[in-house]
Amino acid sequence: MQKFTTVSSVAAPLPESSIDTDVIFPARFLLLPDKKGLGAQLFHERRHKTGDGPAFVLDRPPYDGAQILVAGAAFGTGSSREQAVWALADFGIRCVIAESFGEIFFANCFKNGILPIVLTGPDHAAVLAEAEAARPIEVDLERCEIGMADGAVIGFEVDAHRRRSLLNGLDEIGMILTDDAAEIAAFEERQRQLRPWLHLGPDKLAHFADLGEEIS
Amino acid sequence: MGMERTMTGQTLYDKIWDNHRVKDYDDGSSLLYIDRHLVQEVSSPQAFDGLRERGLPLRRPDAHVAVADHAVPTRLRSQHLPGGLAGDQISRLVRNAREFGVPYIPMNDRRHGIVHVIGPELGFTLPGATLVCGDSHTCTHGAFGALAFGIGASECETIFATQTLRQRKQKRMRVTLHGRLGTGVAVKDIILALIAEIGTGGGFGHAIEFAGPAIAELSMEARMTLCNMSIEAGSRVGMVAPDETTITYLKGRPLAPEGDLWMRASAEWQDLRTDPDAVFDREVDLDVSALAPHVSWGTTPEETLPVTATIPDPALEQDAGKRFRMARSLAYMGLEPGTRLADVQIDRVFIGSCTNGRIEDLRNAAAIVKDRRIAGGVVGIVVPGSASVRLQAEAEGLDKVFRAAGFEWRDSGCSMCVAMNDDRLAAGERCASTSNRNFEGRQGQGGRTHLMSPVMAAAAAIAGRLTDVRNLAS
Ligand code: SF4
Repeated sequence: MQKFTTVSSVAAPLPESSIDTDVIFPARFLLLPDKKGLGAQLFHERRHKTGDGPAFVLDRPPYDGAQILVAGAAFGTGSSREQAVWALADFGIRCVIAESFGEIFFANCFKNGILPIVLTGPDHAAVLAEAEAARPIEVDLERCEIGMADGAVIGFEVDAHRRRSLLNGLDEIGMILTDDAAEIAAFEERQRQLRPWLHLGPDKLAHFADLGEEIS
Repeated sequence: MGMERTMTGQTLYDKIWDNHRVKDYDDGSSLLYIDRHLVQEVSSPQAFDGLRERGLPLRRPDAHVAVADHAVPTRLRSQHLPGGLAGDQISRLVRNAREFGVPYIPMNDRRHGIVHVIGPELGFTLPGATLVCGDSHTCTHGAFGALAFGIGASECETIFATQTLRQRKQKRMRVTLHGRLGTGVAVKDIILALIAEIGTGGGFGHAIEFAGPAIAELSMEARMTLCNMSIEAGSRVGMVAPDETTITYLKGRPLAPEGDLWMRASAEWQDLRTDPDAVFDREVDLDVSALAPHVSWGTTPEETLPVTATIPDPALEQDAGKRFRMARSLAYMGLEPGTRLADVQIDRVFIGSCTNGRIEDLRNAAAIVKDRRIAGGVVGIVVPGSASVRLQAEAEGLDKVFRAAGFEWRDSGCSMCVAMNDDRLAAGERCASTSNRNFEGRQGQGGRTHLMSPVMAAAAAIAGRLTDVRNLAS
């Protein structure tokens, strides 16, 4: 996973609440097979709007090169689709600042080198103001601080383990397999004794013996 | 084993959590063992790829069942896959399941259906188990007293490789339901009303337990509808403690335990409940007796009102953010403040999805449309949540009732809930839908969704507009 230490960039302002993952990445593109290249479909309907009205923020310079996005409350609610995060990453976004997040989206960010930051009240307003003024900000994960052009600094909180993982680009699966394998095996054995019905034996799996295969 | 635990009681969620804790890390998170994983075509390809790239085996093939539900066509289904990207995605799932030894249920199989409908039907979903799926509506399975939640594709890969997830415990929230639903009012109205009250962020960070006297009377189908939309209230987890209804539903299901094991398991399930002295971080009470049927008017599930109401006016909203959001919703939905909801004309009706595509839902909707006709110009489709639901409905003659009324009767799948196959709204079309999300573009680019119960959708089909099902004399 890509490491995250600091990111300096203008922040794209998207001061709306309840932007769901269907808006971030519409369902019909979920048929696309790869993680790469999904940035083209990011906020597809907003970016490819027909008719007049201002262009979507991520289509307007300098925000088309933004690595930070500032949204309102409940960003990334709804569908669990990790494509929403892959699309943001592919577009170049490394950090999303919002008043709150959909929980699955929030967890997905950390798996893909994106830092989601929860800010509320005056802190959120201050960052949004910087974004709207197109003044670059610096997000420093080492210090857990956001620095503004005028020298002001806003602190933020992030879970210790997730911070460490992002800073070092750690791979969670690798870590679990190296550090916790014995405990997992022991747990599994205990569960097999205590609740054997949670392991499907050959007698139960026989229910699937007559499954056909789809012919393409 | 801290002191607290011996001093106050545990909730249902605490108990299942404790039973699955492999280890605690020093930062307060835990490694949680996952008993069951439902695998679908949208969130699994990248996870299988990851496993392959690492050269790792899939740890426990017996803990997974794979099915393609999102992208499958719901009509003219033959042994041949659809063409294009959808076909590619499905055949990729077939190949992955074969390579890693996971049972794959083909779309023409009698066991096919939406993951959240077939898990319970198979008895794959069991009380006291941890169950995940790369799909946010995995909370549906909490209706059985399972700890079930949606995950992302990366976490699917973690499950494949380790059968565990590093998780932080949620806070606990209890929603206590009192009273008895009135005629024409459904459990969907309870959950829509709850979301309207607490908001789509109301459950953030919390595991919800639904409890109270009104729960005891609900069927498993109804409990699944309730838990299904916990995610629309912001919570990944919604659960109901198992009781006689749960145990009766599961007995004899193909993957449920039998004989002595059944006796052991069902005895454990009987005791799996929140202790009387357990403390919740948040309590919400709802009297369901006075509820009216609800419909959504906006583009987030909290933008929902009783069908007797009028479209709200953003100008009267104090909060600037909300005002902006409401105005945007109304513009997208093509609605004017002050319009009576019951005057809103519709073009399409969708009865189905993991929220309301079960046999009871179809029975209830069929009872409304029986001996009636869909209004002129309205197109309605009924998409059973699974092949088993479809076959049961056909055995009861429900397909004939729907067809006689002018509905199309389809094969199982997600269909127009998510518009990944060719069942979708055209831009500007307005749909009365029994699904769970009214997001912009959810049912097709530019499509407009009104969420409601199956009887309300059936009534809307007959009237050609949103209407109070209670006014349809039966
Ligand atoms: S029916 Fe809709 S909500 Fe349910 S799993 Fe399918 S797409 Fe998701």
